[in-house]
Amino acid sequence: MASNKKYWKSVEELNPNSSIVETLKQNEFVEEIPVDDFLGDKETLESSSTTRRDFLKYVGFSTAAATLAACEGPVVKSIPYVVQPEQIRPGVADYYATTIADGYDFASILVKTREGRPIKIENNTDAKFKGGANARVQASVLSLYDSLRVQGPKQGGEYVSWSALDNAVKSKLNALRGSSKKIVLLTQTFASPSTSRLIAEFTEKYGNVEHVQYDAISENAALEAFEVQYGTRALADYDFSKAEVIVSFGADFLGDWQGGGYDGGYAKGRIPSHGKMSRHVQFESNMSLSGANADKRVPLTPSQQKVALAKLYGYLNGTSVSGDLPANIDEAVKSAANQLRKAGSKGVVITGIQDVNAQGLALTINKNLGSDAFDTVSPRMIRQGDTKKVAQLVADMKGGRVGALITSGVNPAYTLPNASEFVEGLKNVELSVAFSMKEDETSTQTNYIAAAPHYLEAWGDTEMKKGYLSLMQPAIRPLFDTRQFQDALLEWIDSDKTYYDYIKETWTSSVIEASGWNQVLHDGVFIATLPEVEADEVAPAEDSEERAPAFAVASAVRSLSNASSQGMELVLYPKIGLGDGQQANNPWLQEFPDPITRVSWDNYIVVSKADAETLGLKNWNVANGGLNGSYAKVTVNGVSATLPVIIQPGQAKGSVGIAFGYGKKAGMKSEMQTGVNAYPLYQDFNTTQSVTVERASGEHEFACVQLHNTLMGRGDIIKETTLEIFNTKDHHEWNPVPEVSLNHQEVPATSVDLWDSFDRSIGHHFNLSIDLNACTGCGACVIACHAENNVPVVGKAEVRKSRDMHWLRIDRYYSSEASFELDDEKKEGLSGLFGDNGSLGGFGEMESPSENPQVAFQPVMCQHCNHAPCETVCPVAATSHGRQGQNQMAYNRCVGTRYCANNCPYKVRRFNWFLYNNNDEFDYHMNDDLGKMVINPDVNVRSRGVMEKCSMCIQKTQKTILDAKRDGRPVKDGEFQTACSAACDSGAMIFGDVNDSHSKVAELKEDKRMYHLLEHVGTKPNVFYHVKVRNTEEA
Amino acid sequence: MKKVIHRNSTSRILGISLAFLLAFSTTLFAQGTEAPAEGATVEATVDPVKGKALFKTNCAVCHDLKKKRTGPPLGGVGAKYEREWLYKWINNSQKMIKEGDAQAVALWNEWQPAVMNAFPQLTTEDIDNILAYTDAPPPPPVDDTAGNGGSGNGGSGSGGSGISSEIILGALVLVFGILVVMLFLVNKTLKRIAAANGVEIEEEKEKTIPIWKAFVQNQFLVLVTTVFLLLTGAYFAYGYLMQVGVDQGYTPIQPIHYSHKIHAGDNEIDCKYCHSSARVSKTSGIPSLNVCMNCHKSISDYNGEEDLANGYTKEFYTKEIKKLYEAVGWDEENQEYTGETKPVKWVRVHNLPDFVYFNHSQHVTVAGIECQTCHGPVEEMEIMGQHAPLTMGWCVNCHRETNVKIEGNEYYEKIHEELSKKYGVDKLTAAQMGGLECGKCHY
Repeated sequence: MASNKKYWKSVEELNPNSSIVETLKQNEFVEEIPVDDFLGDKETLESSSTTRRDFLKYVGFSTAAATLAACEGPVVKSIPYVVQPEQIRPGVADYYATTIADGYDFASILVKTREGRPIKIENNTDAKFKGGANARVQASVLSLYDSLRVQGPKQGGEYVSWSALDNAVKSKLNALRGSSKKIVLLTQTFASPSTSRLIAEFTEKYGNVEHVQYDAISENAALEAFEVQYGTRALADYDFSKAEVIVSFGADFLGDWQGGGYDGGYAKGRIPSHGKMSRHVQFESNMSLSGANADKRVPLTPSQQKVALAKLYGYLNGTSVSGDLPANIDEAVKSAANQLRKAGSKGVVITGIQDVNAQGLALTINKNLGSDAFDTVSPRMIRQGDTKKVAQLVADMKGGRVGALITSGVNPAYTLPNASEFVEGLKNVELSVAFSMKEDETSTQTNYIAAAPHYLEAWGDTEMKKGYLSLMQPAIRPLFDTRQFQDALLEWIDSDKTYYDYIKETWTSSVIEASGWNQVLHDGVFIATLPEVEADEVAPAEDSEERAPAFAVASAVRSLSNASSQGMELVLYPKIGLGDGQQANNPWLQEFPDPITRVSWDNYIVVSKADAETLGLKNWNVANGGLNGSYAKVTVNGVSATLPVIIQPGQAKGSVGIAFGYGKKAGMKSEMQTGVNAYPLYQDFNTTQSVTVERASGEHEFACVQLHNTLMGRGDIIKETTLEIFNTKDHHEWNPVPEVSLNHQEVPATSVDLWDSFDRSIGHHFNLSIDLNACTGCGACVIACHAENNVPVVGKAEVRKSRDMHWLRIDRYYSSEASFELDDEKKEGLSGLFGDNGSLGGFGEMESPSENPQVAFQPVMCQHCNHAPCETVCPVAATSHGRQGQNQMAYNRCVGTRYCANNCPYKVRRFNWFLYNNNDEFDYHMNDDLGKMVINPDVNVRSRGVMEKCSMCIQKTQKTILDAKRDGRPVKDGEFQTACSAACDSGAMIFGDVNDSHSKVAELKEDKRMYHLLEHVGTKPNVFYHVKVRNTEEA
Repeated sequence: MKKVIHRNSTSRILGISLAFLLAFSTTLFAQGTEAPAEGATVEATVDPVKGKALFKTNCAVCHDLKKKRTGPPLGGVGAKYEREWLYKWINNSQKMIKEGDAQAVALWNEWQPAVMNAFPQLTTEDIDNILAYTDAPPPPPVDDTAGNGGSGNGGSGSGGSGISSEIILGALVLVFGILVVMLFLVNKTLKRIAAANGVEIEEEKEKTIPIWKAFVQNQFLVLVTTVFLLLTGAYFAYGYLMQVGVDQGYTPIQPIHYSHKIHAGDNEIDCKYCHSSARVSKTSGIPSLNVCMNCHKSISDYNGEEDLANGYTKEFYTKEIKKLYEAVGWDEENQEYTGETKPVKWVRVHNLPDFVYFNHSQHVTVAGIECQTCHGPVEEMEIMGQHAPLTMGWCVNCHRETNVKIEGNEYYEKIHEELSKKYGVDKLTAAQMGGLECGKCHY
């Protein structure tokens, strides 16, 4: 079953004549070692003035010199504390619970600090809401050490003192108190009770104050729709673990839809247990993470999505809704409606369409279904931005009606679609102060830059979801002369309190007992028992009756079903890596390959294959495996942008997509200034726009890793089956153990062995379990691995050359047919080479599945084979096997022959082609003193010429063992963690000791879905996977 | 014959100069012995020696005889106040302050917030003894104590030898210089006499093959020698290369002369009192200066043994303590911190390469290994030096030989039982436990 499917990673692979794919399959290292350059050219060799003898002399002298120079050890100075803080013990990590709330990402997290400096972000497993850190949150610790941060308050490019700034601001604010001009606070969404109280006090003092909240990527439509029906400006919360049928219309809820963080709950419902798992139908244009994980994905344009949503409502209610949809889509909508009706309260419908009607309709459907997954009592508060107010503010500024503008956590000069108008308006504002960590597009235009601290240096509190409070505490003393927005407000209202006192006051007066403060600070989270919750339970009944008329369903359905568009439709989206672009100067995020396109260091236009053909757009691979693409120009209402093109399988025909967050220029290292700013296209804060697309000249070189480290044509990487087969058939059928021939008999590959096995039953034996059903491909593990193991950033040019250093990659596979039956049918129907059913023609047809492929994600790291092929070929025994199951790599012993990488069937070994630290050629965080503070002191920083790879976080397992030894107790299950398993919010990665029969991982290893990668090779890996099961049941 | 005469004269000159030298040096060492100073007269009823012991245990933490500490100096305090008042004060000072005793309140006002502990356990006799000591402290032990007398004398005797040994050296050089000149002159004179007497000094010149030629002609010898030389060369080259990067015996000069001998040896302070993180952390940790101040707040002068041969006098050590005060910003006069700190830049002695992971707590807490096993007799080291070679071979050897300490550690119970069955031994070594795997130290 599973092995019958044809998987492919790149469109290029579908081209039967592509030589490059074949080359990549055959070659371990795509680039030849350029010996011909200096040996092949005879003339140069002969005309060279350096004789062989000279050469040997130089070599001899330099070797001798180097040897002599190495004899003298350097004098190392050690400077202890004068007064050592009680809680700091050198060499022991401390963890603090805090919260990230940068306006885009909100999460309760733990910060790992060593010697007083934060080095890693971990999930706060105590948090009941948003306890998982996504890739950006994981990477945010590096943004703390950004070398381009503003180091103190500035006026006109010069550093000034805080008191000078205070005086200027206070006198101006006082002068404005009686005037007609208003004072505007333009801020990110804080969702902070203390900040709200503080802003109210500020307003009280200065009178004419307006607080405008602004989200770079707005959820305004959803907020308004919710407000209409439920009375609060908030977002409904969903618990997908309680849903059996999930129907999404353009909502990338596994990405950043409405603040994200839904993957944990979603993944819970995806693991088949007792024969059941959730069914996920996704209607969308761009191939998103959610679409990639869906059981059924229907590509359609944004305007068709609206019609489809209206029709779904019609089918559910039994009313007929007009509107044109292609027959197959209509069928899909009908089927989705049937399933929803069957599921009843176990169904949920969500939408990402930026349209009040669409959002309102989705809420109505959920309410009508009585969906269990749908929570309106305790909604999400993490998006508050009001686009109307922002638009009004820009108009006011231009009209000279704003006296003072104070911004915090926003960069409107970059993120506003009408940024130039904003900048123009700034000139009419008498006083402008920007609280900013960077000299960015906005702060360089304002009178003052008020240097703001990173969230790891600041105090704060949030109420991300009503009743779910969390605290933010500093994990490091401020690196620079910074002051947070709230402290400044306190100063400006002449309060002698610090913001810390203020928060404590807010909390102890309304949330907790004064004595509970330390406990809450320790936990970082607190769930308030709001008295209103009970009241609410009664209230909605009356409320909904009262307010329901406010949302006119019929007219909403009518307006949705009439949606249409001319020409191409553009869908703007945030990428997993950069999000809204706040952390664009973070090299980890820049190098993070997009889960879907596998492109790093760029944004681009995604187009469907059909559209690309009509527009004459192309992607092609060059000799070294690098991906090139043509450029296209996208125009929205006269605003245009030229970007490179990626042909995206599964992209809805008639739609194109562009990611936000790129093209930032101010306050950025030159290497990090990648891509094109998509915000100018974000007109009226609508993510869907009608556009014209035309071909532009030029050829773009991508840094795309999708053809890198291919498994060289070896099959059986991904195994998948359907829920029906999984439930009804024996696991030998859907998860067969490969067989090999031994003495002319077919025997299971696992039973044949070239080697004598060690006895692995004694002591710990580590295994990592990866469930392909639970893995959403979110990539938090990739960044966590980066942070934990000091993985270097190599830059765009090197990534393009296949030299990316990620120890952990998430492979993304497309598969051809939407269903297994079709897949099998076609494969069996092939006869002969040519003709209609010929295999050549058959593979030629592989183009059509790229219209809507199935996607599977597979994290691949070193498999820690018990019979590792790499170990046997190392000439210097630098890589060897530990009793605990880890394949160990002694960097100091490695001489860099790369035989191991050559012999690794999984292609997980990475070679240090260059020295990536202290090297101006690689001007990323490891090249400046500040950035180096993020380095984990327990893990070596590798030098040039050595091989490296996943160590199964041996530093963490060893630490766990040592802790247990010190306490004199056995290790408890769940204590062993790797960076990736700890970062995995969805429970896809479980790590542990299989010799502990009570452990979770031992149980998972006995699961029927368990299989090893390339089992027939006989490597006996210590990483195992669980067969992906798709719920293909149509109602 | 002539030659004999030569030799005679030479030996005579040598003999004379030796005698001269010995006479010189005896005078040098003769100056030493001084008469011990007389003990101070003490009253019969009270015992200042007992008082001193009591003072050390009860009072010295906060009081000195001459200097201000946390509390006022106590030298001559018996004369300052009435005896009865002092008894009451020492037994419970706070009570007196509360009761409003004028003198007590005045003292409190001067020294607050330092609260003097109550000493109800001290009898009036004890207090008398203490006061006897503080009023007329017995002279320092160097002159007084019998046990230390001998070494004290020797020490003070060689006090001037720093200079005198140089003089001796100079004299020696001079004497040898004269000797050489004399020999030359004598030889010349004798030759002249011989020439004048017409005696010919025969120089025998036989026609033999020079030894080197004979050597060169003997090919076997050449071969053997070459092989030998090459082997020796290789031996030394290997020896040289193997010690590259091995800093055994590395004893750098530190910014503050900190003597482990005095702290860990003489005063028997536990290593882990200062290096506390060795119990829980990978690093043993250089103690922060506030740890030093735990004791040195009240120990501002060095009063222990001296090592005059190396110039480690009391003044020298006291000066080093002052360096600590400067670094930590301690104002000795006013007994307070100034806040101006100058962190000490110690020179790191034990440097493991970055690619080695070593964890102190594993060895110190789990295995219970003495610090001295790797760091050598630290309690005897005046200046800290690297005792062990810190090479991988050295680590591995120890892992091969050392048994794992499993007693009372539940972690090891299961694995030890299984492994010892497998290997057929009672006690497992660290190596058998997996302590030789590359990844245990290299990651």
